[in-house]
Amino acid sequence: MLEIMDLHAVVGGKEILKGINLSVNAGEVHAVMGPNGSGKSTLAQVLAGHPAYEVTAGTVTYDGEDLLAMDAEVRAQKGLFLAFQYPVEIPGVSNAYFLRAAYNEIRKARGEEEVDPMSFADLMDEKMALVEMDGAMLTRSVNSGFSGGEKKRNEILQMAVLEPRLAILDETDSGLDIDALRIVANGVNSLRTPQNATIVVTHYQRLLNHIVPDVVHVLAAGRIVRSGGKELALELEARGYDWLLEGAAA
Amino acid sequence: MIESYLRNFEAFSANGGGSAPPAVRSLRLSAITRFETLGFPTTKNEDWHFTSTAPIAETDFSPLTKSARTPDASALSPYRFSAEWHTLVFVNGRYDAGLSGGAALPDGVHVMPLGRAYIELSLVVDEYLGNVASFDAHTFTALNTAFINDGAVIHVRKDVELAVPIHLLFVSDAAAADGVAQPRNLIVLDRHAKATVVESYAGLAPGRYFTNAVTEAVVGEGATLTHLKLQQESADAFHVGTVDVRQARDSHLFSFSFATGGALARTNIYTTLRGEGCGATLNGLYIGDRDQHIDHQTRIEHVAPGCYSRELYKGILDGEAHGVFNGKVFVHPEAQKTDGKQTNNTLLLSEKARIDTKPQLEIFADDVKCTHGATVGRLDETALFYMKSRGVNARLARDLLTYAFAADVLESIECTEVREGLEAATLQRYTRQWAGVLPEHAGSR
Repeated sequence: MLEIMDLHAVVGGKEILKGINLSVNAGEVHAVMGPNGSGKSTLAQVLAGHPAYEVTAGTVTYDGEDLLAMDAEVRAQKGLFLAFQYPVEIPGVSNAYFLRAAYNEIRKARGEEEVDPMSFADLMDEKMALVEMDGAMLTRSVNSGFSGGEKKRNEILQMAVLEPRLAILDETDSGLDIDALRIVANGVNSLRTPQNATIVVTHYQRLLNHIVPDVVHVLAAGRIVRSGGKELALELEARGYDWLLEGAAA
Repeated sequence: MIESYLRNFEAFSANGGGSAPPAVRSLRLSAITRFETLGFPTTKNEDWHFTSTAPIAETDFSPLTKSARTPDASALSPYRFSAEWHTLVFVNGRYDAGLSGGAALPDGVHVMPLGRAYIELSLVVDEYLGNVASFDAHTFTALNTAFINDGAVIHVRKDVELAVPIHLLFVSDAAAADGVAQPRNLIVLDRHAKATVVESYAGLAPGRYFTNAVTEAVVGEGATLTHLKLQQESADAFHVGTVDVRQARDSHLFSFSFATGGALARTNIYTTLRGEGCGATLNGLYIGDRDQHIDHQTRIEHVAPGCYSRELYKGILDGEAHGVFNGKVFVHPEAQKTDGKQTNNTLLLSEKARIDTKPQLEIFADDVKCTHGATVGRLDETALFYMKSRGVNARLARDLLTYAFAADVLESIECTEVREGLEAATLQRYTRQWAGVLPEHAGSR
């Protein structure tokens, strides 16, 4: 589904990604772990198409197409979704309005009919239950004045509504208490199908107790320095990152 | 052209002006004298530094003294909010009884054109008309005062809380071309009274005309006034509108100025907090494009101690539009414990759009909390990316963010009909091409 080859990316004149290779198949969950500053979030942003990051070398193929040639909205319309580490507040636009606009745009792109407000409300009822969100959240402005946990749940709600083929969760666990973490993880797990895939970017192993990965990658200084099964995450939890970083420097 | 106004004043005094009480006639006389002395302000005048009045000063406008052919009621419907509201309609500056009306007013509430108020509300007129809005240093107020002839008078008696807004609707039709209308309004709320007044200006036909309006308001002890001024004049029109408020102890004012019409428009919102425990909120939104010039000046005089003022003005400028915001806050030596906050945020949508923003705090008391801030910017790239990352196309994302920028301040309007009306108008303005795709209402309430 996703094939990243020798990806290099620069932001503000500084090279952050220095040759990433990663292959994700449908039905898989990949965890990308690593210390602060290793390039985890940059990788997520580059895949989603953030204009501030410049790709200087390498290729990314998504379902056989050149992902890097697509605008951010086209990537989303083709089923890519990024759950933001810091979801953006948009005062003045209600959550329900924003979600319906996005949902209809994606349906349009897929050649499906747009939904009317009534059917959309029914869909929302179902999806809100998934992330244990109160209906009142829908009438509030997007993320505006939301607590950290509410923002993260709102990201997963959007993911539930948009039903992406490839979801990237960028440090969705940061700033969450254990209850909120469980709700978010349950939401993500219930959206898993053999047709879609998930990349979980995280600093901690804790989230991976709830969202169990098929493959764990360790990112350090812009490169993937080790890949392994879910045991690798436990080993990182026990030993930290330093032993791998020494290996990378050597 | 001062001379043409002086000539017109002679004619006006000789005939139509005669119907006013002697006190009003002498007020006009002193005002025209002051106008002659002041002349039109130039950009050397600090209050007009960013706004040239030359287009107004150099045009020979004739006074609109008689009512034109009555416009169809349907032409007014886009500017009406509810049939339930008591509405006074003025066409080209003159009261139109046929288009006015609405629900009956409760006891203790009087709303009438100035001509009738001279007789039926003579005590109120005698006491306040010309006493709130000083024309000593204000050319346009002097000019308006010299030509006081029509407008609305609203009087709400002690303890009366008016649930339904009063709407003063000033429309200009094709007959207004090359003419000047100078409506003069007076709003008086007695002790513990409460009312919402919507004062709106709309152009029904293209044409260059000049509206020079002055509204005086007196908010009595513990009274609450909500004043919403909506300026939607024709594209070629000139508009100068002044709202001058005097607040007594424990009174509250919520003022909103929405300005989107006219080629050259200046709105002055002034309030003086004369008694302890007052609160004033002055909010506004200006939206300009083409080569529009939209100027706001606000002035809050903290005279008494223990009052608060809040101010949020936002603007969206496109094309070659030029916006001006000058927010003055004066804290007098006696006004200890003043709590003031002023914010002005402008969004520039094009390279050639321009804003001059000038906060002006003058504080003569030592125990006060006053802040101000101004931002000028473009659309938030992070928010744009966020929306695009959800599949929303770039153009719609920009339009929605522009709308959201405005909706943020429109949300402060409590009056549902006006808030939703302005939200819908703003949404439609920025998301025209999405009609049918989007839900009708984007607001978060």
